[in-house]
Amino acid sequence: MSGMALRSPAPAAFEAAAGRTADGALAGLRWAAARDLRLALRSRAELGVQLLFYVIVVALFPLSMTPERNLLATMGPGVLWVAALLASLLSLPRLFATDHADGTLEQIALSPYPLEALVAGKVLAHWLTTGLPVALLAPLLALQYYLDAGSVAVLVAGLLLGTPILSLLGAVGAALTLGLRGGGGSLLALLILPLYVPVLIFGAGAVDAARAGLGATANLSLLGAGLALALVGTPFAAAAAVRIALD
Amino acid sequence: MLEVHDLAGRRGHADLFAGVDFRVPAGGAVVVTGPNGTGKTTLLRMLAGLSAPAAGEIRLKGHKVAPFAPELRAAVAYAGHLPALKDELTAEENLSSLVRLAGGTAGPDAMRSALDRVALGRRRSLPARVLSAGQRRRIGLARLALLERPVWILDEPVTALDAAGIGLLATLVHDHLDRGGAAVLATHQALGLEPSRVQSLVLGG
Repeated sequence: MSGMALRSPAPAAFEAAAGRTADGALAGLRWAAARDLRLALRSRAELGVQLLFYVIVVALFPLSMTPERNLLATMGPGVLWVAALLASLLSLPRLFATDHADGTLEQIALSPYPLEALVAGKVLAHWLTTGLPVALLAPLLALQYYLDAGSVAVLVAGLLLGTPILSLLGAVGAALTLGLRGGGGSLLALLILPLYVPVLIFGAGAVDAARAGLGATANLSLLGAGLALALVGTPFAAAAAVRIALD
Repeated sequence: MLEVHDLAGRRGHADLFAGVDFRVPAGGAVVVTGPNGTGKTTLLRMLAGLSAPAAGEIRLKGHKVAPFAPELRAAVAYAGHLPALKDELTAEENLSSLVRLAGGTAGPDAMRSALDRVALGRRRSLPARVLSAGQRRRIGLARLALLERPVWILDEPVTALDAAGIGLLATLVHDHLDRGGAAVLATHQALGLEPSRVQSLVLGG
């Protein structure tokens, strides 16, 4: 067996490989997103636990107070948003830490694809497996809080705009806390939760404004602007942090 | 192919090595040896572009390269201590994922024949978590063979490999050198490479 040779590419193949430029930001993004989604689907139990956590946190509040219609409707959006923040935070340490531990992160950083694109792909997969389900479950959970249909629509719109920001900012925090002893989970929370505050304020504020008849456009626009800003900046910051963590 | 000038390495506050000079020609290999803790891994990580040298420079085909430089990422295949495998994925999925990540274009047939040749053909559908340490290493060998990178940087490549696996590795490295590739290996174990093509570098000597 030791005498068997693997199929050898022609010498010219080296030149071709070296000349193949990293034109594939999109290909890199697709690789990272597809791989992380596949891994998430292989460990579905973990995904289920995160969503169950979100559902239970939201369900605990009505049980712990007088089930008064007005009070619940006032608190509902805030509670749902805080639970969404916590659900996003809960899954963040895994975003880079497992890849760091098994050496995949080295290969990711050495890939010819731009690291920023690969990071963006990982964030996309994180959002699809945490942020999106959280937003889609919100109408069901809002029933407990007597929110009217208009408020629920604004809540979901806010979550759809806001949860990607949580994943994007969270990626920077997760990359910065890589390599810390004990996973850095609590440090990550301390680092990232203050950055989540504006998202929480505008997200929950949008529903409040809609309930008060003021219209949610201003708050949702600010969330949209925040998302645009985060999309442009955070992949670069997270990629830089990954490179530092590997050095 | 790869040149190193006056390279110095530091880990934390400890100076590991300084003034390291060598040249790896196309078709040649450098075997790095030295006691534990003398900076073999640090040196190899610098060559792969994962960390910055404390001093000195690394040149690829005559051009100075910085860590994570695109030219370097397109030219180097790095295999470190960690196998970069996912327990949840099968041997074949792991291989294909790693080859795609490196921009490789090998199709499913090439993947399978590469797995056949590292004697994992019949285990290609098993999840990596049930493979032995040596079998996991062999996935890495199949990856190297499929990547078509001119420079191989291999850190302790014989770890966990059996005699047949080591023979396979030596064959792979020879094939690679025959094609005009270059290789830098850190290893304590003789691989049986042709002495005429191999330079030896001893760290901490």
